Amino acid sequence: MLESLSMNGQLVFAGLAIGSVYALVALGFVMIFRATNVVNFAQGEFSMLGAYFLFMLWHGLKLEYFLAMLAALLMMVAVGLLFEISVYYPLRNRSFLPVIIATIGASIMFQNGALAVFGPSPEKVRPVIETVEGTGGITLAGVFFDYQYVIILLVTFLLVLLQYLFFEYTILGKKMQATSQDKDMARLLGIPVAVMIALTFIYSSLLGGLSGMLVAPIFFVTHKMGATMGLKAFAATICGGFGDVRGAILGGLALGVIETFGGAYISVVYKDGFSFLVLIAFLLLRPQGIFGEKVAEKA
Amino acid sequence: MRTEKTHRTTDARFRPGHLALLVGAVVVILLPLLFTTRYTTNLLILGASWGIATLGLVVVLGYTGQISLAQAAFYGIGAYAVALGTTRWEINWWVALVLGLVAAALAGAVLGTTTLKLGGHYLAMVTICFQIIYTLVTTNWIAVTGGPDGVSNIKRPPFFVPVNTVQKYAWFALAALWLVAALVWLLRDTALGRAMLAIRENELAAEALGVDTRRVKVIAFILSATIGALGGAIYASGYLYISPDSFNFDHAVAFLAMALVGGSASPLGAILGAGLLTFLPEWLRELQRIYLVIYGCAIILVIVFMPEGLWGYVKLFGRRFARVRHLPPVDQPIHVGGHGTPGEDILCVHQLTKRFGGLVAVDAVDLTVRRGEAHALIGPNGSGKTTIINVISGLYVPSAGGIRFLGHNIVGQRPSRIAHHGMARSFQNLRLFRELSVWENVLVGAHRGGGRERETEARALAAIEFVGLSDKAFEICRNLPYGHQKLVELARSLAGEPELLLLDEPGAGLNQTEKQELVRLLKRLNEMGLTILIVEHDMSLVSNVAAVATVLNFGKKIAEGRVEEVLRHPAVVEAYLGNREVALGV
Repeated sequence: MLESLSMNGQLVFAGLAIGSVYALVALGFVMIFRATNVVNFAQGEFSMLGAYFLFMLWHGLKLEYFLAMLAALLMMVAVGLLFEISVYYPLRNRSFLPVIIATIGASIMFQNGALAVFGPSPEKVRPVIETVEGTGGITLAGVFFDYQYVIILLVTFLLVLLQYLFFEYTILGKKMQATSQDKDMARLLGIPVAVMIALTFIYSSLLGGLSGMLVAPIFFVTHKMGATMGLKAFAATICGGFGDVRGAILGGLALGVIETFGGAYISVVYKDGFSFLVLIAFLLLRPQGIFGEKVAEKA
Repeated sequence: MRTEKTHRTTDARFRPGHLALLVGAVVVILLPLLFTTRYTTNLLILGASWGIATLGLVVVLGYTGQISLAQAAFYGIGAYAVALGTTRWEINWWVALVLGLVAAALAGAVLGTTTLKLGGHYLAMVTICFQIIYTLVTTNWIAVTGGPDGVSNIKRPPFFVPVNTVQKYAWFALAALWLVAALVWLLRDTALGRAMLAIRENELAAEALGVDTRRVKVIAFILSATIGALGGAIYASGYLYISPDSFNFDHAVAFLAMALVGGSASPLGAILGAGLLTFLPEWLRELQRIYLVIYGCAIILVIVFMPEGLWGYVKLFGRRFARVRHLPPVDQPIHVGGHGTPGEDILCVHQLTKRFGGLVAVDAVDLTVRRGEAHALIGPNGSGKTTIINVISGLYVPSAGGIRFLGHNIVGQRPSRIAHHGMARSFQNLRLFRELSVWENVLVGAHRGGGRERETEARALAAIEFVGLSDKAFEICRNLPYGHQKLVELARSLAGEPELLLLDEPGAGLNQTEKQELVRLLKRLNEMGLTILIVEHDMSLVSNVAAVATVLNFGKKIAEGRVEEVLRHPAVVEAYLGNREVALGV
């Protein structure tokens, strides 16, 4: 009894940790969606790129770990900006379908570009807190808390808090919100809309990159890692209610837990399928998600 | 003289497409003779099967405007049906094929139904999920699918077509491609095809014109899935071995790329794209490692720089050789207004209320429209006029109150149902099918009247003739001046022979001459017996067209009666001149 309790505790913890990664990526989705009404199907690839940049700088150039992370984040800024300029900007006045397709194209390009550059073999990156025996952590009440998982949860929590403060209490945050709600009006009020959107893309790219670096020690770094993470994060945003920050977080955490339990109790090989089944169930029963998306087309 | 005219009309129906079909047939015969090595013939078969799968995307993406990233899954369903059918289950090839097509059609129906309420990003996501679940199942359900090892020793069709050599099989594959392309091309000019195009161009307007958008979208998914499965079946019997790797997400993306690069709205474009992306990796052998990078890049470039794909350029080039098309002669005058007794109540709105959150846009409004009358709904901005029109036509569900139209209780009915009872509407900000011709726009509207294709065409012709756009019938709507676009919308509404026409600010944006023409048309329609409910700000237009008016302010009815009397009513004058106290009834 106690054993199964601690096992379930372990599963909950692992699920929450993985879920918080999905939540991080999902936050990136939500940011871009709120600013531009565009769903960025290359969001997951930002995570993959972040992980590879870290690997390249830390393993390849032998930079000190935290310095490498900082440099990799700077590279993510460039990625976000380039992405905005080359994929979003030319299509900003077109309907959603071309934009979606273009981001899917970008996703394929990033994935296979990474494959061509780094090769198909999975790479390993060290965890943030490195211990001699490899994975460090503490055991509490029979549950082993891996440091990396704890860090992921903390970082997600911290970022959500910062983001909240940023949007509620800074002028820049207000400007970005204004841009996301009504571009034309924001433009008339003198807000540099193009800059705001570029900032949004950069921030999303940073979020994605950071999430990739944090999961890199847990999963291997491969060119495919972003696709799975991106899809699950997307599933999370839909379950939570598209465009809703709380929804993205809750959805991400819930999917992480469901998936971990499904993998442990039902089937390991179909582990990746559970999130999608949950998603389809959501779309059938409550397509607006937990918190609801406001969609209304005016005649 | 007369014979020459009829001759020209038949001539106008001989489209460049007929020639393409002929040329295509010749190409089908020649290609397998030109590709002589086993390797290149295999590529030809691969290209044909991919071409068929891409044609499925033409239906769902090109025609209906619904993105699907699950085409590889349907392709795989067809391939596995033939593979397992001819090896493990040992059934006849054709039976296995039919099983595969049915399975794919069912899967397509499920996918289509689950995604009905979803558009855009949700749809893309759900189709990706579907694709991934499909791959997971085929890889892991080893007992049935053979797992990652796949299925080998697949048979080819045993009788009916003795196709046991690669070359003969290539003929078979290409003939199938030709047939599917012809069918998809023919689909475009049917009622169903036009309904699909209408959904792609403007789903809301399509629904309001009586297109059952849900049904049509599900049908599009079913067709697309079935066509995809046919492609897969041909692939399986061509390569004689399959594994889950050939049907994964990468292939779904490749199909999408083929459709986009070639031109997703054209069957020939799709084949062009499929052919190009089949042979390109062979020609760029050294680039094989990064050819998916090029795919991704190509998708972005095509989307940004040539939205119509390569076919867009071919079309541009071909336009020089296009012949002038003429409308067939009009053989019946426009018929409007139904068959009831003039003066009977046809629309009864009772205590209608519509709230948006805390805002009451329409507050307990009663409104009765009688057969044969031209009824104006007027009031200052924000008084709830358009909301009432939207509720009556079914775009919004009322928060309270009842609406009866020709004896039907239409509260909560879908706009397409309401349209079929005999209601048509125009939109405040034009909702035309912009990329379609005037003729096609009006045909979509004409389908509401039912009957055979000839009768539909006759109604469309009469409506176009009535608004005076006969000489512009084959222009693409996007290229027409605004005044003409407004007339197209009117003709589109009239072609379904409605009993009640709702017009939402028909005069907005028109100049004085155009407005006079509009008034003339509306008056004639009304004289012919058509009941009109018109929302308009231009009071001279209103008093010219309408006899009766209902005035709204802040969602409430403040006056009703004959137009000239209503316009003198103190409350109405105050509402328009903006005296707050009077307007609010304080």
